Amino acid sequence: MRNKFIEVLVEEAKNNDKIILIIGDLGYNVVEPFQEEFPDRFFNAGICEQNMASMAAGLSSEGFHVFIYSIGNFPTFRCAEQLRNDIGYHNLNVTVVSVGGGLSYGNLGYSHHAIQDLGLIRLFPEFKILAPGDPNETIGCMQNLFSTTGPSYLRLKKAGEPNKNKQVPNLKSGIWNKIIESKNGKIFLSTSGGLKLAFDRLNAHKKYKDFGIYSCPIWGQKYKYLQQSQIDNFEEIISVEDHLADGGFGSWLRESIADVYSYSKLTSLALKSNIIGAVGSEEYLLKLGGF
Amino acid sequence: MNSDLLSKEIRKLSLEMVHNSNASHIGSALSMVDILAVLYNDILKFDSNNQNWEERDKLILSKGHSCVALYAVLGLKNFFDIELLKTYGKNGSNFMNHISHKVPGVEFSTGSLGHGLPYAVGIALGNKLKKIDSKVYVILGDGEVAEGSNWEALLFASHNKLDNLVVIVDNNNLQSLTTVDDTLSLEPYDKKFLSFGCNVVKVDGHDHEQLNKVFSLNNLNLKLNVVIAKTIKGKGVSYMENEVKWHYKSPNTEELSTAIKEINNA
Repeated sequence: MRNKFIEVLVEEAKNNDKIILIIGDLGYNVVEPFQEEFPDRFFNAGICEQNMASMAAGLSSEGFHVFIYSIGNFPTFRCAEQLRNDIGYHNLNVTVVSVGGGLSYGNLGYSHHAIQDLGLIRLFPEFKILAPGDPNETIGCMQNLFSTTGPSYLRLKKAGEPNKNKQVPNLKSGIWNKIIESKNGKIFLSTSGGLKLAFDRLNAHKKYKDFGIYSCPIWGQKYKYLQQSQIDNFEEIISVEDHLADGGFGSWLRESIADVYSYSKLTSLALKSNIIGAVGSEEYLLKLGGF
Repeated sequence: MNSDLLSKEIRKLSLEMVHNSNASHIGSALSMVDILAVLYNDILKFDSNNQNWEERDKLILSKGHSCVALYAVLGLKNFFDIELLKTYGKNGSNFMNHISHKVPGVEFSTGSLGHGLPYAVGIALGNKLKKIDSKVYVILGDGEVAEGSNWEALLFASHNKLDNLVVIVDNNNLQSLTTVDDTLSLEPYDKKFLSFGCNVVKVDGHDHEQLNKVFSLNNLNLKLNVVIAKTIKGKGVSYMENEVKWHYKSPNTEELSTAIKEINNA
């Protein structure tokens, strides 16, 4: 996923000289193609996430689309106020890219598990969240990014994720992406790593054989108003995410209809907090966390 | 109007705004008035009729609580109808009690400390990339210098030779409860900045001639410039000078009148 990200960014940057990539001293064996192609538009901010975020805001105020790249919680929690005040409040064209969404970094431990990041970013009304579940959705998210402006958060997993989307989907902000049609009016609705988990669940249990699978890779406060009409199309929706339940995608979905009636049954599959501090691979931790 | 007269007008308007809105931080505002007066009268390139002019110099106020002084000078320099200053802090106004980018001429909103310098670094870098020959000035409070984000920004600015950035430290040695020296001493400022690769100049922050001279210097050594301006918190109103309580208190009608008279007679 991260390699697809850099590949698409390099292609876009060939035609758009306003694209700048700043890394927080991470991205070995990933960011080099951009650095080599555009040495004047590539900066390593060092291990200084607060400065990286505010500086990106300042650069963006000069007309640039700035990507800041780091892993896990470093470009989000470490500099949360910079995202809130400098990028968000000033509505600047900065994309915060976090690699290692969910439990991608398995045994690197809790410091490297991005399992509350969506909860943080969805607090900021100006931010668009882009949380692809496979490489094709990553391309779709990037295409969406380049067609709009404003603060955004791109949550990537790591590398080697299988494509569940057979082709690059045309992703619209807040609109669900149909991957498998429902035969019974019931669906899994995923974001980020929830896409693979939805497929795993559908394939593992006969009772889900007629369920459809949809993803919602692009969401956030701005797109809540688009959810009601989509929710009402289904009898049952199970949201799936590799994030803690509190403040996550399922929580956002339910809050989007908090003030209205819906006859749809909404439930959530999300990580349980017992994974905090546990050691193991992503697969092991997902199982421990309820998947 | 020369910078001396301008500074008097800024001081009076600042006092009136704080009085009308029963607001805080007048001491911090008065401390940097002379710096603003010199910058806006003699140094900064700007056009209030073309406020988005790409090649303008930019001023970032990182100590956003001192906003009244910046609002005042922008009003006096015709960025907006000066009558609007009367709405400062009132319901529905754009004139927030921390500097707000919704006010014409204000480049960046602050209020939380340690944000202005990193943002200014981004602008300076942007100007370098666009090959625009303009400068970015950022005013920091001396207590604020303790924020780690400032030192992150200095590392980057110095490493990338951002000689189009001027960092001004309003060194009044008073912060929230007592002196900076007694809170978390930052002395020796000059050596700290020097060790981060900066070009450091010390100046009397109330001496317009000195300020003008320092800001007019062309930096030929490709280094980030830091101006440590020695100032007095509450400067220009004798009963406010060096008194912590004027970080919080608003002058009542009688105190306002005394202050205005003192400024007029200075």
